[in-house]
Amino acid sequence: MFAAPQAAAETAAVALKSGWFLDNAWIIPVIPAVAFALIILFGKKLPMKGSELGVLSMVASLVLAGGAAFQWIDRVNSASEGQYIEPVIRTWNWWQSGGIDLSIGQHMDGLSLTVLVVVAFISTLVQVYSLEYLRGDRRYTHFFASLTLFSAGMMNMVIADNMIQLILGWEIMGLCSFLLIGHWWEDKANSRAALKAFFTTRTGDIGLLAGTSILFFSANSWTRENLGVSGFSIRGLSAWALSGSPGSVAITAGAFALFAACIGKSGQFPLHTWLPDAMAGPTPVSSLLHSSTMVVAGVFLVARLFPVFYEGMNIYGSSMNFITLIGGITIIIAALLAFVQDDIKKVLAYSTVSQLGYMMMGLGAGAWLPAVFHIFTHAFFKACLFLAAGSVSHSGSHHSFDMKKDMGGLRKYMPVTFGTWVISTLALCGVFPLSGFFSKDEIIDNVGYAGYDIFMIVGLVGAFMTAAYMTRATYLTFFGEPRGVLAGGHHEEEHHDVHDAHASDHGGHETHASHGPHESNALITVPLVILATLAVGAGLLNAVPFGEKWENMKKWVEPRPVVVGDVDRAAIGELRGFRTADTLPPDTVAITEVIATEDTVVAGEEVVSPDTNMAPAPLMATVAPVEGGEEATAYAYGEGHSTEAGGYGDSHSSVCGKKTPEVGVCHAPYVKHAPFKWSKAALSTAIVFLGIVLSWLVSVQLYTRKRGLVVGLTKRNRLLAAGHGFLVNKYYLDHLYEKVIVRGVAHPIAKGAYWVNQNILDGVVNGAGHGTKGIARWVYRNVDQRVVDGAVNGSGTVARGAGGALRPVQSGKVNQYGALLFAAAAVAGLVLIIINT
Amino acid sequence: MDQLRDANWVLSVGTFLPLAGVLVMLFIPKAEEQLNKAVALLTALATLAVGVYTMTQFDYDQAGKMQFVAETNWISVIKSTYHIGVDGISLPLYFLSMVITVLVMIYSWNHIPSPGNPKAFLMLMLVLQTGMAGTFIAQDLILFFVFFEIVLLPMYFMIGVWGGENRQYASLKFFLFTMFGSALMLVAFLALFFKTGAESFAIPYLVENGGAIAKNTQVWIFAGMFIGFAVKVPMFPFHTWLPDAHTQAPTQGSVILAAILLKLGTYGFMRIAIPTLPGAAVEWAPWIGLLAVIGIIYGALGCLAQSDMKRLIAFSSVAHMGFVMLGISTLTSFGMNAAVFGMVAHGLITGMLFFIAGSVKERYHTLEISRLSGMLQQVPKLGWILGFCAMASLGLPGLAGFWGEFPAILSAYNPADGLSEEAFRVYMVIAALGTVFAAAYLLWLYQRTAFGEPNPEFTGQGDGHGHHHGDGHDEVHDVNTLEWIAWTPLLVAIVLFGVLPNLMFKIIDPAVTTIVSGFGG
Repeated sequence: MFAAPQAAAETAAVALKSGWFLDNAWIIPVIPAVAFALIILFGKKLPMKGSELGVLSMVASLVLAGGAAFQWIDRVNSASEGQYIEPVIRTWNWWQSGGIDLSIGQHMDGLSLTVLVVVAFISTLVQVYSLEYLRGDRRYTHFFASLTLFSAGMMNMVIADNMIQLILGWEIMGLCSFLLIGHWWEDKANSRAALKAFFTTRTGDIGLLAGTSILFFSANSWTRENLGVSGFSIRGLSAWALSGSPGSVAITAGAFALFAACIGKSGQFPLHTWLPDAMAGPTPVSSLLHSSTMVVAGVFLVARLFPVFYEGMNIYGSSMNFITLIGGITIIIAALLAFVQDDIKKVLAYSTVSQLGYMMMGLGAGAWLPAVFHIFTHAFFKACLFLAAGSVSHSGSHHSFDMKKDMGGLRKYMPVTFGTWVISTLALCGVFPLSGFFSKDEIIDNVGYAGYDIFMIVGLVGAFMTAAYMTRATYLTFFGEPRGVLAGGHHEEEHHDVHDAHASDHGGHETHASHGPHESNALITVPLVILATLAVGAGLLNAVPFGEKWENMKKWVEPRPVVVGDVDRAAIGELRGFRTADTLPPDTVAITEVIATEDTVVAGEEVVSPDTNMAPAPLMATVAPVEGGEEATAYAYGEGHSTEAGGYGDSHSSVCGKKTPEVGVCHAPYVKHAPFKWSKAALSTAIVFLGIVLSWLVSVQLYTRKRGLVVGLTKRNRLLAAGHGFLVNKYYLDHLYEKVIVRGVAHPIAKGAYWVNQNILDGVVNGAGHGTKGIARWVYRNVDQRVVDGAVNGSGTVARGAGGALRPVQSGKVNQYGALLFAAAAVAGLVLIIINT
Repeated sequence: MDQLRDANWVLSVGTFLPLAGVLVMLFIPKAEEQLNKAVALLTALATLAVGVYTMTQFDYDQAGKMQFVAETNWISVIKSTYHIGVDGISLPLYFLSMVITVLVMIYSWNHIPSPGNPKAFLMLMLVLQTGMAGTFIAQDLILFFVFFEIVLLPMYFMIGVWGGENRQYASLKFFLFTMFGSALMLVAFLALFFKTGAESFAIPYLVENGGAIAKNTQVWIFAGMFIGFAVKVPMFPFHTWLPDAHTQAPTQGSVILAAILLKLGTYGFMRIAIPTLPGAAVEWAPWIGLLAVIGIIYGALGCLAQSDMKRLIAFSSVAHMGFVMLGISTLTSFGMNAAVFGMVAHGLITGMLFFIAGSVKERYHTLEISRLSGMLQQVPKLGWILGFCAMASLGLPGLAGFWGEFPAILSAYNPADGLSEEAFRVYMVIAALGTVFAAAYLLWLYQRTAFGEPNPEFTGQGDGHGHHHGDGHDEVHDVNTLEWIAWTPLLVAIVLFGVLPNLMFKIIDPAVTTIVSGFGG
């Protein structure tokens, strides 16, 4: 039943370690899937209404995922230097059709395990948190069922061995997001938000279907021949993309199509509009779906099929490509919107959109590892921020999320929530030494290093804006004077978040209305504290500034861009693809030669980093002096190439990317790593502090003192007023989509098509019927009654027969019409046949 | 082969057994409603038992071959024989027709539509079953034609007698439209017969010899068949009978119409038109593909314009059958597999949707979308089932609909040799766009009917207005036992085939491969 694990290492390398958890990682998504079925079937009868099954399944998944992750680290450690670490792939046949067969299985490597652990971890905490947050909800069981299925979908997507399996998980998440965002569907706004989320991502999914089709048919014969897997396989597609065999049209079209799906799912411009609306869901849902899992799916897909995008989008090829462009735009436009939000969750939602923009921009600029690391760190502090916002609304502001109306001064009442919020905010802003610093700064750094200068500036501006809008939100929520419900004024009911109406139906929340703001209980604060701790510490897993020993993520997660299989050494030096030797800058050619003479030098720790001047290895030291100048970004692939040839002579490997391995295959392209510089870190830190301080000063003026220059500026200055209005209306994109496109299709176009259907197509049909009837009547009156009847007088029986045949035509009986049509059609058909013989 | 021949009675029994039931019912007085129902149900169950037996005896390793073949003289004057058999394409559809009939019978136990008369209603249904099953096993064109036409009459009466307000128009339109197509189809059959030497109407014979006909002539003969089958599918622009027929038909009629009758057309393409006229198929395929994708978008737009739930579901059939036809038009085995899968999946899902529509109508006495709302609150189980089926219908992976839809889209990227890749790739993108529209109209339907608060029109009756209680339908109740019995098999099948698509692909694939290899496609 089991296909043999395909993790056969090449002959020269040592056998890689594996273990039970790693080999059986496919069980991880199965557990919540089964739990989902059990909750649906029996949940309501259980003592905790099914929530215990959800939480337990998450804990079990977390344990297994953790075990698998440790075994993966073991595996990495067991590999020899420069050896490609085969992912642990296992597959089972799923279906066969028309010569195409598809398997389902697991593709476990550093990336899938990183995301898997994050998903399991955040899901567990969110479910625990939900135990309290949704207590008494009327659809408590359904909520946990959907939440559990959602995690199952994400986990399945993460471990997917092939595109179809990935799509399966991808769409299950879409379904669950629909259910969860629309959890309180009694209210129309919520169900509209749910619809919008599903529909917008589904629009992007056209690209997923089309891209998968394009890539499959382009790659299938190559992958079959070379790897024995189908063109759906992640491993196959990656290797194919780097093999030099794909035509540039196919891979470009495929990459663009898939990226369209990522734009939809990961809330990138211009399909980001669903994400803020999705805040209509319960806060734990926002925390899970919209900070660390679902929206990360698009980023994950780009990271997963990075070779395809690498080639298809020509990453490193110029100073701009489609991914960086979209990512960069998203960073800025989302951050701007975050400034004009009054709803605390919407600030976080736009912040998420903006941070996803960083991840995309990083991937687009070839900063693969920083982007993936940012998925990792962002998950913790953003989940923490959402849960803290939920805690504020749950225990502080009477279920309101309106910062301006119902918050302020909460730091006194909710110290734990406040503390975790501030820590996570600082992490998000990228303040040293919190986790966001190590990932976000690395993205900005590497984007610039790879030659995407404009986007480095975009990243820095984004960092400034992030610091500023988060400071504004923090100030409004926790500082200043209590306002609205907090100040004792139960001024309005309609400002209370809509779902409370439902929640409080069941008494669970009613009690809060009677006391003032207070700290939430342990089911809420413990997850907050855990997440805040990780928001502080998670960055240390890849703390580039502290030297190479700290770069564990890089070691464990980044795939090694080495050629696997027998390498024809003569061919290694030959450059192919978009750069050839004679276009290399003179400097780099020189470097190539220098390094080539160092052939016998054994490389240091680094697998592929000719660009890391922090590296202690002698080889790196050789490179270092030439680095750092203007040429830093223009170094050649040939350089990496020869380095590898020198460094890893024993494993017959070479560096992958932008050129074709003569023999053997590549699984991952070579990526650049910017050398860390304290000066750059200091610059970005200064920018962040500037953002915080400026925003603080403005916030104090605006919201507490209510005087000074900035107050009412958007009303006085026409230009600023216009800009403000433009932002408040979210760039009018929602207008465009909902009022113009959707309404256009749903109303005039659909109505028009239906009108055509009823009046023209049906008109033809009815007209044909009436026409036939008319002809029949005419025949009856003129031929039958006059001509034939006239003849009857002369000849008798013939006419009676004919008349008998035609008379009923008039009477409207269906059979006769049928017979007539039948006969007419038969005659017409025969005429056609005769003409054509 | 001996073993196959030994069991060749099963198909004939399976097909004609319902007629035996009809014969028995003839002698039961009309007033004995329960007895009539019991006999009809038992007959359908017995037929299904034969079907199950057929499934167990079928040699799945040779699903590409005709099995249980029976051949005997019939109308020797015109060289037509009674020639039947099933292969991997026929079997799922043949069996599905039996299952659907049983489920519809169960549903009919307490849902005989007005004006009553279960005897006549159920007798017609049994005749219908014979026609449907016969169409899927016939291996002779005349026999096929006869079964194909037998189906018309009971359905005509079902709509015309037990239908809605506008039943006269709808039934007439249904009948004439299909009849018109059938006439041209018959002409095409005759032409094919004469052009292959007037030797035989047997499909295997025609498949062998049809390819030798001059291509130009093939194209014309194909045209006749095309219209006959396209009306039945229905393909744009021959679809206008369908919304009317569906909307006016009683629930049972709609279910059978959607689940089985539409498949007679697509089946005809795969079994007869394409294999016998391979040259013409290549010529026609791009046009079929074009009409298919037009149908996908057009059907979806039609759905978006509807205010009636049942009519919306009817239009969605136009879109879904567009996917099936797109798969067929690629002339690849992958595409055709998708098509057969799509046929079965559509049968299960849309059949289920029509069941739900029937139950909604029964409870609320309206299918006006704007008047329905909050079903999830009032009838939560029915609401969730509707949601499930809507998700299945929009092609959610993990449910059956996906495996008809996505592979069809996929196959369009790479059509058979001789077909324009550019055209089909454009079709692929349009079809993919169709999946978004499908999501739009189904979710929109769901949002408006299931979410929100229930319409006060249907809630206040219990306590507020006592005077309204006379009809006995005031209480809006959730899914009842009989409905569960009738629906559970469909719901289970939707999940089962969604999770394990190979259950079906395994059977279909060899048969499709045989067809495709017949013309080297």
